[in-house]
Amino acid sequence: MHYVKEGGESLLKIEFDKAQPIYLQIIDQIKKALARGSLNPGDKLPSQRELALTLGVNPNTIQRVYREMEQMGLTETLRGQGTYIKQGDDLVKMVRSEMVNTVAENFINEMLALGCSKEEIMTLVKQLLDKSIKLKG
Amino acid sequence: MVEITGLVKVYPDTRALDGIDLTIDSGKIYGLLGPNGSGKSTLLKCIAGLLRPDQGQIKVFGQRPGRVTKAKVAYLPEIDYLYRWMTIGEIINFVAAMYPDWREDKVDELLKNMNLTKEQKINSLSKGMRARLKLVIAMARETELVLLDEPLSGLDPSSRGKIVDMILSEFRSERQSVILSTHEVGETENLYDEVIFLDKGTIRIMDQAEKLRQNHGLSINDLFREVFL
Repeated sequence: MHYVKEGGESLLKIEFDKAQPIYLQIIDQIKKALARGSLNPGDKLPSQRELALTLGVNPNTIQRVYREMEQMGLTETLRGQGTYIKQGDDLVKMVRSEMVNTVAENFINEMLALGCSKEEIMTLVKQLLDKSIKLKG
Repeated sequence: MVEITGLVKVYPDTRALDGIDLTIDSGKIYGLLGPNGSGKSTLLKCIAGLLRPDQGQIKVFGQRPGRVTKAKVAYLPEIDYLYRWMTIGEIINFVAAMYPDWREDKVDELLKNMNLTKEQKINSLSKGMRARLKLVIAMARETELVLLDEPLSGLDPSSRGKIVDMILSEFRSERQSVILSTHEVGETENLYDEVIFLDKGTIRIMDQAEKLRQNHGLSINDLFREVFL
């Protein structure tokens, strides 16, 4: 599924993993869009109704998404104008580092659970990183 | 908007509903889920005022289901009730005359979204088209409670998709509730605020859809399969 934001750029591409709460997955996708820069501070988000219809989910789910994002300090709602990604450079940095940390922590935890040593993990990461950098030129 | 306590409905060979306690709040879409014969249709008919309970109590907008509540509830029956010899336009006029809350201005838009025209004859419509027409008729009314009995049953994927889209686009979360019964959960998964699993006339599970996903680590569809298959 696709959502195209004002201006025509693709913002969200959601294949729902329905085994997780849907509102959390949508928030996650919006954060990812922020982290990789396809969504920026000051950008206007679609109306709740519009997003509900585009993603094919219950409008109450989207209402919850917008409420939680506002509570997290990701967005602000200007009365009569809509919901915007909050201004400020720190926000993107924060979101990005939070997401990067989570991915790294998950990776490390899984490797440790498989019985890998610190040296093993470091070597493997270096090898794989070199390989993928080479592949991408 | 609906309060049900101790509802029992007995047919000669079976207890179709065997002690249902249920509250329906405003502003939500409820999934009434269960296999065939679990009592879904019977429960919706009781709320719609088409069946009388044998025991227990139902209040719809504070009143016993009847003439007054029927005027405030849209009900899409599972059966194919459309007269074969009529055109869509004739059916629309026929139904419009019965309901004071009929939204004449809305009908054309709904028909168009469903790829239907008023000139078409009912007996030339496919099963999917008739199902789409039934939904148009239910949604063309301005009601606070919408009961949809198996709106997707036995339809092709394209009709199912259109029906799900229309339920979403017409749902008024500020003042309306929808109860949708189905035994095929997959495509309706994203619609639900609340989910009710009905099993042999009793409520097996009743909770918020998101909470169930979180607590079980399963989609509603997979949870349904786990419970019933």
